[in-house]
Amino acid sequence: MAALKSSRRIRYLFAVNPTAVLQLGLWGALSIAMMTVDHRYHALDRVRDVLATAVYPLHILVRLPINTQNWLTEKWASRSALLEENAQLREKQIFLNVQLQKLITLEAENRRLRSLLESAVNTPERVLIAELLAVDFDPYRHHILLNRGRQHGLYVGQPVLDQYGVIGQIIRADPLTSTAILITDPNHALPIQINRTGVRTLALGSGKLHELELPHIAHNEDVKVGDVLVTSGMGGRFPRGYPVGTVTAVEFDPGSPFARIIAKPLAQLDRIREVMLLEHEPPIIAPDISDAIAIRTP
Amino acid sequence: MTTTRQTGGGWVIAISFLLAFLISEIPLPSGLDRFRPDWVAMALIYWCMALPHRVGIGVGWGVGLLLDVGRGGLLGQHALALAVVAYLTSQAYRRIRAAPLWQQAFSVLILLAIERILIFWISGVIGYPPQDWWYLAPAIGGMVLWPLLFIVLRDVRRYFQVG
Repeated sequence: MAALKSSRRIRYLFAVNPTAVLQLGLWGALSIAMMTVDHRYHALDRVRDVLATAVYPLHILVRLPINTQNWLTEKWASRSALLEENAQLREKQIFLNVQLQKLITLEAENRRLRSLLESAVNTPERVLIAELLAVDFDPYRHHILLNRGRQHGLYVGQPVLDQYGVIGQIIRADPLTSTAILITDPNHALPIQINRTGVRTLALGSGKLHELELPHIAHNEDVKVGDVLVTSGMGGRFPRGYPVGTVTAVEFDPGSPFARIIAKPLAQLDRIREVMLLEHEPPIIAPDISDAIAIRTP
Repeated sequence: MTTTRQTGGGWVIAISFLLAFLISEIPLPSGLDRFRPDWVAMALIYWCMALPHRVGIGVGWGVGLLLDVGRGGLLGQHALALAVVAYLTSQAYRRIRAAPLWQQAFSVLILLAIERILIFWISGVIGYPPQDWWYLAPAIGGMVLWPLLFIVLRDVRRYFQVG
């Protein structure tokens, strides 16, 4: 009798629910179908829009304690601290203004020379500020979520910068939020130029936040540690001349056709809080990463 | 017993998932960041174990879909992983539930590891293969913090008499 009871108990412990397998099969098939459609055809963007808008309040809720703290520190900051900060900022502004004056004359001169050469004039860009909402949970994918979206005029392919250099570009613009890919993401390539020599090449993301790879530079090219990389403007997505990084390692391996060159991004990619979005003319390129090479002809 | 079973308290489950999502999003110091447990998956495991007749594969899938949007990823990536976790939990809940808390934590470790592996398989397929073994670290964080979550959610469930 006891044996019967215990065997029933064991059978209870190992009971299998047959409909669960069916359920799992259905839901699993649905998710695989959705992933395929999402990845290959981008056909679920409307669904994502709706869901992203539904999730938006949650992101705001997460930011609430931090925002409240910032607000409180601002409200209750002592007068002397504020005065001190004010003085510092004023000093900094004078310093920056002096530099800006130099820049204005340089820019004017540059424009004059360019018009003499009859080459295209760099148009000034409009800048929009956005705040970081969240970092992608996948540690190997360098995506960040920003608190501005299509409603604020963001578009896919828009360059993202911080005060030190290029961060990345927008890859998805939802109504209220947007996702940016960092230049260190393994799937990102940035057309750059070595500032000292003018050599053009691509900077590929390495999957590490402090490393960019420059895999297409030949052995006989003049590259030194400390060289500054700037955007080259090729591909039309990033405007020319924004700082990207500095070369940190140059290795010549006689066995391989190219030099092994590593650069460090100038932007502080692990400390992003606020970013600048450049609005440099409407994107010339179809808003799809996959055909980034295709340039629209007039 | 089955006749007096209450069916209310769905909002308690929903709010627990919401709080789990919020806790997961809060920034951590960079050393601990790698072990940041997936609270949403843990809450799902808890509810699948405590109320297998109410929370199952469908709920796991729905919660996962919201995570796909909230955390970034393909639509269906977290959904698939959490549906599998819910399935495994709903098949094994009788055994897991009967074990002492620290042994439960080991089962949770395995479930969370399976979830991570599924998510990173899919990431690998679309061109983001994991580069080291750190992606399994959140499962360890989850194992360590499982007793805490279990006790809190159990008391919440009893207090609100969610059945």
